[in-house]
Amino acid sequence: MAELVTKNITKQFDGQTVIKDISICLHNNEIVSLLGVSGAGKTTLFNIISGLLAPEQGQIILNGEDITGKAGKISYMMQKDLLLPYRTIEDNVSLPLIVKGEKKKKALEMVRPYFKEFGLEGMEKKYPSQLSGGMRQRAALLRTYMFSNEIALLDEPFSALDTITKSSIHQWYLAVMEEIKLSTIFITHDIDEAILLSDRIYLLTGKPGRITEEIVIQEPKPRRKDFNLTNEFLSYKKMIIEKLEG
Amino acid sequence: MKSTKTNLTAQIPSILTICMILLIWQAVAVLQIVPDFMLPSPVSVGKALVNDFPLLMQHARYTVLEAMLGLTVGILIGFLCAVFMDHFDIVYKALYPIIIITQTIPTVAIAPLLILWLGYEMAPKVVLIVIVTFFPISIGLLEGFRSADTDMIRLMQSMGATRIQIFRHIKLPSAMGQFFSSLRISVSYSIVGAVISEWLGGYYGLGVYMTRVKSAYAFDRMFAVIIAISALSLVLMWLVDLVQKVCMPWENVK
Repeated sequence: MAELVTKNITKQFDGQTVIKDISICLHNNEIVSLLGVSGAGKTTLFNIISGLLAPEQGQIILNGEDITGKAGKISYMMQKDLLLPYRTIEDNVSLPLIVKGEKKKKALEMVRPYFKEFGLEGMEKKYPSQLSGGMRQRAALLRTYMFSNEIALLDEPFSALDTITKSSIHQWYLAVMEEIKLSTIFITHDIDEAILLSDRIYLLTGKPGRITEEIVIQEPKPRRKDFNLTNEFLSYKKMIIEKLEG
Repeated sequence: MKSTKTNLTAQIPSILTICMILLIWQAVAVLQIVPDFMLPSPVSVGKALVNDFPLLMQHARYTVLEAMLGLTVGILIGFLCAVFMDHFDIVYKALYPIIIITQTIPTVAIAPLLILWLGYEMAPKVVLIVIVTFFPISIGLLEGFRSADTDMIRLMQSMGATRIQIFRHIKLPSAMGQFFSSLRISVSYSIVGAVISEWLGGYYGLGVYMTRVKSAYAFDRMFAVIIAISALSLVLMWLVDLVQKVCMPWENVK
């Protein structure tokens, strides 16, 4: 039962405040997105939550435990898929388990059952360069999931994909999330993507970046196939655009 | 199969050029433009190569043995230097200038010294080869370690990976391409280094044999040794390519 809370996170680089007073939370089995223009400090916030950076002020609380500045607690999928070109897909996916100290053989056995669910069957022995963009992204997501099945941070996971691939991977993503129930915060600057995938959206705007709004998407899950064509969807979109333009 | 065929087609221009050079060379020798004793014809060099072949092989054994011993130690030292320089900045600052200086010392200048210190056997030759081969390896590996994708390193750090794990899973494999490029250079250096140190003293080896045929003014046999040395380097470089293909299978799948 994972719950993640950030309390008043503030971070400065060279005396310049990048993000200020960020307090957000992520409940169990929830998909939350951070929406904002580039440069608002979204990735900085992720680097802090994942423990790669320490904040000037504030705390990260995971299940009641203070994990501020501690890496290795939350899985983090970065903007690029970052699959290691010299490892096969199964070796890539099992890497987090090996880092945690599993033997290679055991780690491979542990990852194998998930290949079907992630649509990667038959790709086990292939190298990343042999996979399409969408498949690489799914493999990266599986690797993220293998690290922690509780909480994942996804930094613009689908931004590098073309529109058609993106829309099909959105459907797939929602379906697989129903199955694996991974609580997720993801960064995006794509308003449609945020409405389509999230339970809640935080708007991160300004310099320094602050959370200016929290929007709950009321549409129940699993979502209608044509949700993105409905009036509700458009009114959410309209509202967000107005808020972002402030 | 297809790729070997295209490879051959790609090499046709260079093969033709070599044939042309040999033909011109033969013509020059046959027409006595340069006297025979100064420039033997390719045909007589070929004959010398065939006649001397057993003798050449016997000496080549020593040269190759020295080269391989020196290369192995050179790789080990180069690897250790690179790892420590990558890991500890202070080691980098302390060692890097010294490593550069070792490369500015002319090989031919220290070879006689090494022979005086270490005798006429294999030891001075191996040491010289170590000195010339460890440099490309350590610099190549260091560059390779440093070229590792910083985002991949950050990803590993987010997983809580230790420095050793990051080295093992990210830096080392990222440096393999660089390592093999350096190894190709080091392999040819090792043969050249062996021959140079053999010139200056010793009992066996292609370099020793070379000085003997030179003092006999047997230019055709001299050329035969040169061809043998080149062939040896080529074979070793080809072996490096082969090992690289086996060690880096992901390079072949594209």
